[in-house]
Amino acid sequence: MSNVPSELKYTKAHEWVRDEGDGSVTVGITDHAQELLGDMVYVELPEPGAALEAGEECAVVESVKAASDVYAPVTGEVIDINGDLEEMPEVVNRDPYGDGWLFHMKLEDEAELDGLLDAEAYIELIAEESH
Amino acid sequence: MPRHTPLYQQHLAAQARMVDFAGWEMPVHYGSQLEEHQQVRRDAGMFDVSHMVVLDLSGPGVTDFLRRLLANDVARIQTPGKALYSCMLNERGGVIDDLIVYFMGEGWYRMVVNAATRDKDLAWIAQQAAAFEVSIRERDDLAMIAVQGPNARDKALQALGEALAPAMALKPFFARECGDELFVARTGYTGEDGFEIMIPAARAGDAWDALLAAGVAPIGLGARDTLRLEAGMNLYGQDMDEDTTPLESGLAWTVAFEPAERDFIGRAALEAQREAGVPRRLVGLLLEGRGVLRAHQKVVTPAGPGETTSGSFSPSLGRAIALARVPAGDFERCEVEIRGRRLPARIVQYPFVRNGRPCVA
Repeated sequence: MSNVPSELKYTKAHEWVRDEGDGSVTVGITDHAQELLGDMVYVELPEPGAALEAGEECAVVESVKAASDVYAPVTGEVIDINGDLEEMPEVVNRDPYGDGWLFHMKLEDEAELDGLLDAEAYIELIAEESH
Repeated sequence: MPRHTPLYQQHLAAQARMVDFAGWEMPVHYGSQLEEHQQVRRDAGMFDVSHMVVLDLSGPGVTDFLRRLLANDVARIQTPGKALYSCMLNERGGVIDDLIVYFMGEGWYRMVVNAATRDKDLAWIAQQAAAFEVSIRERDDLAMIAVQGPNARDKALQALGEALAPAMALKPFFARECGDELFVARTGYTGEDGFEIMIPAARAGDAWDALLAAGVAPIGLGARDTLRLEAGMNLYGQDMDEDTTPLESGLAWTVAFEPAERDFIGRAALEAQREAGVPRRLVGLLLEGRGVLRAHQKVVTPAGPGETTSGSFSPSLGRAIALARVPAGDFERCEVEIRGRRLPARIVQYPFVRNGRPCVA
């Protein structure tokens, strides 16, 4: 069973979003997503400063098996990216909610967070998809 | 309903992630594809390849039949146990399948073809065999386990004991029967030393468990693909198919044009292509920068466009590699289009890795 921390928000595309409480969020891919993809070998991140629309393709995580797009969970500006992943993409497998984070975004509208899934809804989504 | 090999319970017990492969439920990995890959390069791993199709061909006309059916010439393997890799072609010179055939003795050959092409292969073979005195028997009573890696043969001996002893003297690309319905070949699909072992289905589980106890780790289809790609071995349906000839697929070495009087199926088409100049060739690619090569990416060369046929991150090299079909011509560099961007790649001789060592820099 995948780990789904209760304090995070989620998207249907298997990203997690952490509200940093200062108008910014941290984004990564869920434990479930990394498990499905398998050993990560390459991560392509957005440019810092990039303005993203919610739902826009903005990053790619590639495992030995497959490439998978990562979508911006909310609208806003990329303020930081996890550059360590360039050399160590496997951290996404090891610590998807910690050192395996992908990027920080400054939110345009904090209310957008309310539209994301909570942990319970995300667990349900995983259960549905595995049937 | 998906089909299960005799080792299905072993896969479940080893926590395999199972996927559909040509109608079979097969293990894609048992946890980490990368670790499995390295396990085979550094030590020993085993693959359940029981879904592959084993055919016994016998009869007084069998050698003549195979000399007609196959682009490679079984006259080259008249030493008992010797193996030959060949393509089976249609009249256009396109590849119906690739296979391994073992000469087992006077009037008896054993052949292994791909699972995904089973039905069309059997139909084609039966059709061509009609004119020859040959009988064909599918050996679906046998399971097959490939044990591969630098320590594979020693660990297999340790696990399977005396029964395997006669096989330890096999030279590469030879096979033999070992006593009680055990068939052992020193062949494989990884670029490492090892055995491919055929064993009656009812005994396969015990053999697998004994190999596991001897430290041979189970390896899934995922690592099988990265291992064979590093080893520069073609995958049927991806690197060649019915619309490509062996000459366009890096397999010219498997076509026996001599002796000139041997009239194998597809010969006229291959000769015409050779005469006119082979328009495309299969090359190895090494991506210069970061990124991952995959099948079906567009390749831009000075001689025109091409396409990757297989691609992956190479665990042994730590870089992306691919096989690509490109127009004929003399050039050493190209670009590969990945998500709309063109990234530089170098054309290299493959294999990329053999016997645990990189062959490209």
